[in-house]
Amino acid sequence: MKTLLVAEFREGKLRVKYSQLIAFAKELQTTTSMFLVGSPSELPQFNGTLYLADVAKYGEYNPTVHKQLLLDVIAKEQPDRIVFHHSSYGWDLAPRIAVALKAAQISEVVAIEDGVPVVPVCNAKLRRKIKSKTAQTILTLQAGAFGMEEDPIGTPTVVPIDTDVTGKVDCSGYEAAKLEGVDLTKSEIIVSAGRGVGKPENIAMVQALAKALGGEYGASRPVVDAGWVDHNRQVGTTGRTVTPKLYVACGISGAIQHLAGMKKSEFIVAINTDKDAPIGEVADVFVVADLKQFLPVLTEKLLAR
Amino acid sequence: MNILICIKQVPDMESKFKINAEKNWYDRTDLAWRMNEYDEYAVEQAVRLKEQVGAADLTVLCIGPDQVKETMKKALAMGCDRGVHIADNDAHKREPLEIASMIAGFAKDKNFDIVFTGMQSQDRGSAQVGVMIAELLAIPAVTTIVDFAFDNGAIHVKRELEGGGRALVKATTPVVLTCQLGLNTPRYPTLPNIMKAKKKELLTLAVPDMGGIGACQETAAFYFPERKGSGLVLEGELPDMAEKLIHLLKEKTGVLA
Repeated sequence: MKTLLVAEFREGKLRVKYSQLIAFAKELQTTTSMFLVGSPSELPQFNGTLYLADVAKYGEYNPTVHKQLLLDVIAKEQPDRIVFHHSSYGWDLAPRIAVALKAAQISEVVAIEDGVPVVPVCNAKLRRKIKSKTAQTILTLQAGAFGMEEDPIGTPTVVPIDTDVTGKVDCSGYEAAKLEGVDLTKSEIIVSAGRGVGKPENIAMVQALAKALGGEYGASRPVVDAGWVDHNRQVGTTGRTVTPKLYVACGISGAIQHLAGMKKSEFIVAINTDKDAPIGEVADVFVVADLKQFLPVLTEKLLAR
Repeated sequence: MNILICIKQVPDMESKFKINAEKNWYDRTDLAWRMNEYDEYAVEQAVRLKEQVGAADLTVLCIGPDQVKETMKKALAMGCDRGVHIADNDAHKREPLEIASMIAGFAKDKNFDIVFTGMQSQDRGSAQVGVMIAELLAIPAVTTIVDFAFDNGAIHVKRELEGGGRALVKATTPVVLTCQLGLNTPRYPTLPNIMKAKKKELLTLAVPDMGGIGACQETAAFYFPERKGSGLVLEGELPDMAEKLIHLLKEKTGVLA
């Protein structure tokens, strides 16, 4: 079996999580090569062939061109698996390759069981094992699902690659995340509001509990998207990654993007009416209750101590 | 402008799911159905674009059994002009490339300027279909947009990146755009618009030619994940649970000094 890993380069830097791709390949014990549109001055630590296109020439986000560069490598290398991160780069590029090769794409792989990829369904409430029916298979890996104990080591054998294809869209630059204001990463106690708060007025209950505990309040994505809480208080992949001593998730179902931002908290309390909510996978205590009824009771008891 | 919006009907994610008899998908009975959340942003952005440019025709497309027409009516009430329902009772079994092939089969001779769709569905969550439609139609796609502006034929979008930053991307029509949560604030249909939507065209079509494309993958197992967490579950009366929780916090954390 041969595996081709697709590493990423953004905002002038090699994305270090390529080590997760290597960890995945190690688990499969396959012959491994790597593809990168990146810079020769910043190579991944990897023992194997690195097909490298120059990012200065081809751009960081230029799907049509990256697709062609990658298809050329696939034609030469003939890998059985082409492995991406399930990321803004990976989920954008992988389906283009799947269509070109008419190959199975299995998205957001969280594990490999008996050689078969496992993916989440319905907001991670269910799991599906998927068998590929095509000779080549494209996989995207959920962030953090595969990891390594130690940092990868090695020096790749660089094979420069080129193409004449030109792009159809133009990426002119980047806008930084808007995270000014409160810094939740410094808070030891965080009480976060999720979709279960129902309406903006109920954010006050979450704030009151945070205050009673002497902490800060945060929120999951839907609450921030709705404009009920500022983005600088968002916990998750596109917000803050926090590790407080106590994290109280109020009405948060536990989408992977949220879990990624808080699962390393020392103690996690979930308050949710839905016992099957994926937040239960990381919770130390799961209170089965409607937060709108439970929070006032809890806050009052804390203040009365 | 000629605009296509591709939507999907999905169960409410708060539903109590059961596994079907074939053990390859969730049981579709006794579920509350709604528009895939990501697609609501796609519909809203298309309606806003029509409000901006005036001359635009919005076609909303949905694949599935008859019941998906209920979800399509919401899109029509939000402001889409016409609906195209591709009748397929097996839609829930279809893999992404099959779904994309149906949509491309329908769209290929319609000259759509922009195709809006959600960046993924809430149930299957492959994040593949939008990009695949574009590839099959041989037009560009930009994924995961959280900002959209249309100015004199030029399309300026922002793609959401890990960490919360955004990439600024410029494209021209025709283009497929896949919408991320937070792109806009989807409107609630008003009663007059719900009434008006009932009179809008909602055409049901048979599955179009898929260009010989079949499923590239199949479900080998479908199951509930094992609860890894050894967490304690509290149930019962509110004051009791609050007392127990405070006790636990005192015992297990240093935060209640």
